[in-house]
Formats: sequence, C-alpha cells, structure tokens
Amino acid sequence: MGKGKSVTHVIDKEWCKGCGICVHFCPKKVLELDRRGKVEAVRPEDCIGEKCMLCELRCPDLAIQIKENQEGEND
Amino acid sequence: MSTNKEFDFKNYVRGRYFPHIWCPGCGHGIVLGALLRAVHELELDKNNIVMTSGIGCSSRISGYVDFHSLHTIHGRALAFATGVKLSRPNLKAIVPMGDGDALAIGGNHFIHAARRNIDITAIVMNNRIYGMTGGQFSPLSGTGKKATTAPYTTIDNNFDVVELAKAAGASFVARSTVFHASESKEYLKKAIMHKGFSVVEILSQCPTYYGRKNKEGDAATMMEGYRKNTVKIGSKKLDTNPDLIQRGIFVEDTDRPEYCEAYDEIIETAMKGKA
Repeated sequence: MGKGKSVTHVIDKEWCKGCGICVHFCPKKVLELDRRGKVEAVRPEDCIGEKCMLCELRCPDLAIQIKENQEGEND
Repeated sequence: MSTNKEFDFKNYVRGRYFPHIWCPGCGHGIVLGALLRAVHELELDKNNIVMTSGIGCSSRISGYVDFHSLHTIHGRALAFATGVKLSRPNLKAIVPMGDGDALAIGGNHFIHAARRNIDITAIVMNNRIYGMTGGQFSPLSGTGKKATTAPYTTIDNNFDVVELAKAAGASFVARSTVFHASESKEYLKKAIMHKGFSVVEILSQCPTYYGRKNKEGDAATMMEGYRKNTVKIGSKKLDTNPDLIQRGIFVEDTDRPEYCEAYDEIIETAMKGKA
C-alpha cells in the first residue's frame, strides 16, 4: 500500500455466511470471525489493500470490499 | 449502466435476493464475483447482456445479476440462448451452467452449440456433484468418488470438459478454478469478447456434499487443493505428475465463421440482396 493511505474493509454482515475463506487466505491475518461467526477486520492497519484483494476476490458471498483512502480524506 | 470507475458489486446485483441461497463456502459465489468484475472491466452495458440458465445451484446465478435474465429448464439453457442470440445478435449471451446441467441433462445441447460455433459464452461451474438435489454423482465426479448415490464409490468415468468442447468444435476453450479468481476473471473477459462459442470451465468447490462425502475438508481446504492439483498448460510439473489438471486457454480460434453471421449471409443469398 502506498504511503499515507489507509484501508477500509466494507463488510456486509448480513451477506457474510462465515465460511472463513477470507480469514484463511489473508496473508497479513487482518481478518477474524466475530462471536456471531461473521467476518471482522481486527487489524486493518496491517492490510496491504489493493496489492492483494484476496478476501474480496475470493469471498463467495460478495460480503467484503476493500476501499483505499488517502490519509486525511475522511477527517 | 454504472459509470463509476470504481467497482462495486452492488451496482451489478439484485440486492433484494441477497444473501444468496448458496451454502457457506460454495465456490459459485466466487464465479459470480469474477463474472461481475469481468463485466465491469469490459465496460459492458447491463442492458446488452442476457444471462440464460437452466436448473441447479449454479443456474441460480442468473437471478442474482442485474442483467436481462432467463431462468429456463434443466439442461436447455443453451437452446434458449441460441434462440435469443439469433433474434437479437447484438446482445451478449452468457450461459452459466453446472456440470450436470451442461454435460448430463444438457449434453446434447452443449455439443451442438459448440458445433455451430454460435456466439455464446458458456460457463461450466464444475463442482463434480449435483448439489441442489442432495449430492448425487454427476458425469464429472470421476471414478472412486463418494456421493449420496454412490456410497461405495462411483465406477463411472468422467468427461474432460476441455477435450469435449474442443472435439465438439468450440472456438474458445479455457479452464480455471475459483482459487485463481483473478485468472478466472481474465478468461471470462476473453470468452465474452470472443466471437463464437466459448467455454470456460471453472472448478468450484461444493463443501456441503462433494467435500463432506469425500473428506476433502472445509471450503478453504478444498480451494488449497485447487492450488496444489492444478498447473498452467504445459507446466514442467506434469512430467513428474501427469494427473495434475491443466489451467489456461486451450483453444482460441478466430477464423471459423460465427453462426449468426453465417445465417445472415444465407438470408442475404436467399433474398438476392433484397433483404
């Protein structure tokens, strides 16, 4: 990920079925399943964003999307 | 059509039908994602795409996409798509099928659509089982596999979708897996833009039936299997292990006449230019 950028994981918990594919394949261990068995970004600061996108590409439920933000954009 | 440059699933699906009916970890959703991304990157107008599907888990895909869609009868999706394509040749016809829908119930339609080389994109989502009806073995299960209808393992040989499509005359044939989601998307893009009958086989896991019956683990483990058991066409690994499944584009023939164009020429000839 480029300097001064952060990543938002847009997760639709209604669409997520908790199969764990994204958790399994995330190379930076950013994602975990929460108590309801739905995906959650627990370490979003470790995410490498658009270089990777494995969770978004492999989510069978179309429940997770990666958004890269320029630092300060949302302040 | 969405003019947003940034890809958002929600611009391409009928959100009211989500969450979809597929089981947790079903590979078909990954195929859906790859297809939507392919349509987005090709900048196709949603109003110019017709999805025609038959029956089965895979065929539900046509209900989820926000394109024109026809949910037809088992195995006959290609026949319906042929009719649509001949009457409206400017539309992009995409036919998502399961392995049983495409090659058992619809086997005859499949080979004849390939023989005619009509401009349709057939996506064979191969999970090697009939999922929706309870896990019966399909013509792609292969020998020695367990299924609800084969508790002591199957004795039927399986088809090779790629070889079958090649032999029947498809002018674009490719294979990938849901593990290789990005590669699948690239093949789908090429197949959609190809003029002629194109077949893309995408191996897709069914953790509920095929995986459970054959002790292949959960969805993620089955996807790891696609990484281990497949290679690019002509890889050196095939020398030591010829059983590896090859991925890639097997046929890309742009010289053969496309059916709708050939049909137009016949009309032209018959009308002696008066059409």
